[in-house]
Amino acid sequence: MITFDRVSKRYPNGREALTNVSFSVHSGEMVFLTGRSGAGKSTVLKLIALLERPTRGNVLVHGRNTNALKARHVAAFRRRIGVVFQDHRLLPDRPVFDNVALPLAVAATPLKEIDKRVRAALDQVGLLGRERSLPQELSVGEQQRVGIARAVVSKPPLLIADEPTGNLDPDLSLEVMRLFRRFQDVGVTVIVATHDLHLVREFGQRVIVLEQGQVQGGAPPDTLPSLVATR
Amino acid sequence: MSLSVGGTRHLQALLGSLGRLARSPLSTFLTLLVISLALALPTALRLLVTNAQLATGNFANAIDVSVYLKTDVPLAKAQQLAQSAGQRLDVAAVTLIPADKGLEEFRTYSGFGDALAALKENPLPHVLHVRPRLEAGGNAALESLRRYFGAWPEVDLVQVDAEWVMRFNAILEVLRRLLMMAAAFLGVGVLAVIGNTIRLEIQGRRAEIEVTKLVGGSNSYVRRPFLYTGVLYGLGGALLAWGIVAIAVTLLGEPVATLAKLYGSRYVLLGPSRDDVGVLLGAGVALGWLGAWISAARHLRSIEPRA
Repeated sequence: MITFDRVSKRYPNGREALTNVSFSVHSGEMVFLTGRSGAGKSTVLKLIALLERPTRGNVLVHGRNTNALKARHVAAFRRRIGVVFQDHRLLPDRPVFDNVALPLAVAATPLKEIDKRVRAALDQVGLLGRERSLPQELSVGEQQRVGIARAVVSKPPLLIADEPTGNLDPDLSLEVMRLFRRFQDVGVTVIVATHDLHLVREFGQRVIVLEQGQVQGGAPPDTLPSLVATR
Repeated sequence: MSLSVGGTRHLQALLGSLGRLARSPLSTFLTLLVISLALALPTALRLLVTNAQLATGNFANAIDVSVYLKTDVPLAKAQQLAQSAGQRLDVAAVTLIPADKGLEEFRTYSGFGDALAALKENPLPHVLHVRPRLEAGGNAALESLRRYFGAWPEVDLVQVDAEWVMRFNAILEVLRRLLMMAAAFLGVGVLAVIGNTIRLEIQGRRAEIEVTKLVGGSNSYVRRPFLYTGVLYGLGGALLAWGIVAIAVTLLGEPVATLAKLYGSRYVLLGPSRDDVGVLLGAGVALGWLGAWISAARHLRSIEPRA
């Protein structure tokens, strides 16, 4: 599903966020990406969603090398990835329905279908009936769940989340993680970047630990994907 | 994408753009006003040229080319020449005034009847009065007629009677050139106004654009609402310009009619024709679309989602 092959990323300001990182995530797997802030978790997710391009090495997503992807195909590529942010990135002036419908709207989904799928996604995150609310009328946890509904509404085979529980209390965090787990159960590949080790331990999924831009344990590429496996 | 889905998408984008324009009515109106003034000016100039041309159209009928034949040309030959001249496409009518008839008229109207009676023979030549076709009334056409007749060996003198019509046509030509220049400059102005308005809107909706691109919105999807906004500005400005010109024509109608009456004409000031309005609205839409497109192409590229 996803393979990082000796990937390095140096930002224009000279900071090397990733150095020679290699790992694989299989289809249908749920993986935690942990490490201190600044260890390169976000950069890994950005490289997957093509928000950044690697300086060296190859990133394969859905079996395609992202280096070979032309700019005009990026939009279609991103439609097959659901992204959840710590700050949820909802549009404040649009009701919940419009926010969740956005990935379907950009994919030219028929209106009837949009209506059905948005309701289904909101039902999955337990927010059916809040379609007409504006984001600021919801609690932080609810906003995050709207963000998740938006990420999964188009049924992408891959879901990536960057510190999705960063702003939530432990109970809500657990609830959000359970939600991700449910998506994994139906075959979605899930990658969650988090520094909440307590939560990670509780879920017992495979963990990839990043430290100073490198995969801890320094696994050489030929031993992929035998990383820190706790499953 | 099926046609109906595509249509729905476009309708949504259009309604969204309309809604955003309606939400800030004052700034929308001010922008429309600037655009409409820039569009109204060339439209008014065009009307001025059209009206000037029509108002003087009757005078154009007065352009006669008098072709004086040499005095030794016999009448039969003159008739033959008149006939062949009449076959030219740029000639509406040819009237042959034989020397005898010319003398008779001269005698009747000039008041020199007695003096003429003293002459032993008719000093006047046969004359062809050539009336050019209206559309051939341009200076170049008249000049070519003059050359055509001047080349005949039987012709003594070609005289184009209405030099002032030529001058007037020259003035119209200057106006027309001025109109083209004004239209070009103001068109660029409209492009700039719309482009800048779209740029501001793109900046204001940066977060939305980023999220849309992040969830897989293509460039054309992101661009679409801005193109509609541009088209709406262009169309709205053109409609407003039409209104401004129509009001101006109404206000000028009476004084122009009075002026025409003083010159013994019943000329009525013409408003914009259906074609004029079509050109105006078409130009508005095209400029709006183009301005938005240029602006969107420039500024949307720089907005990429960041995580």
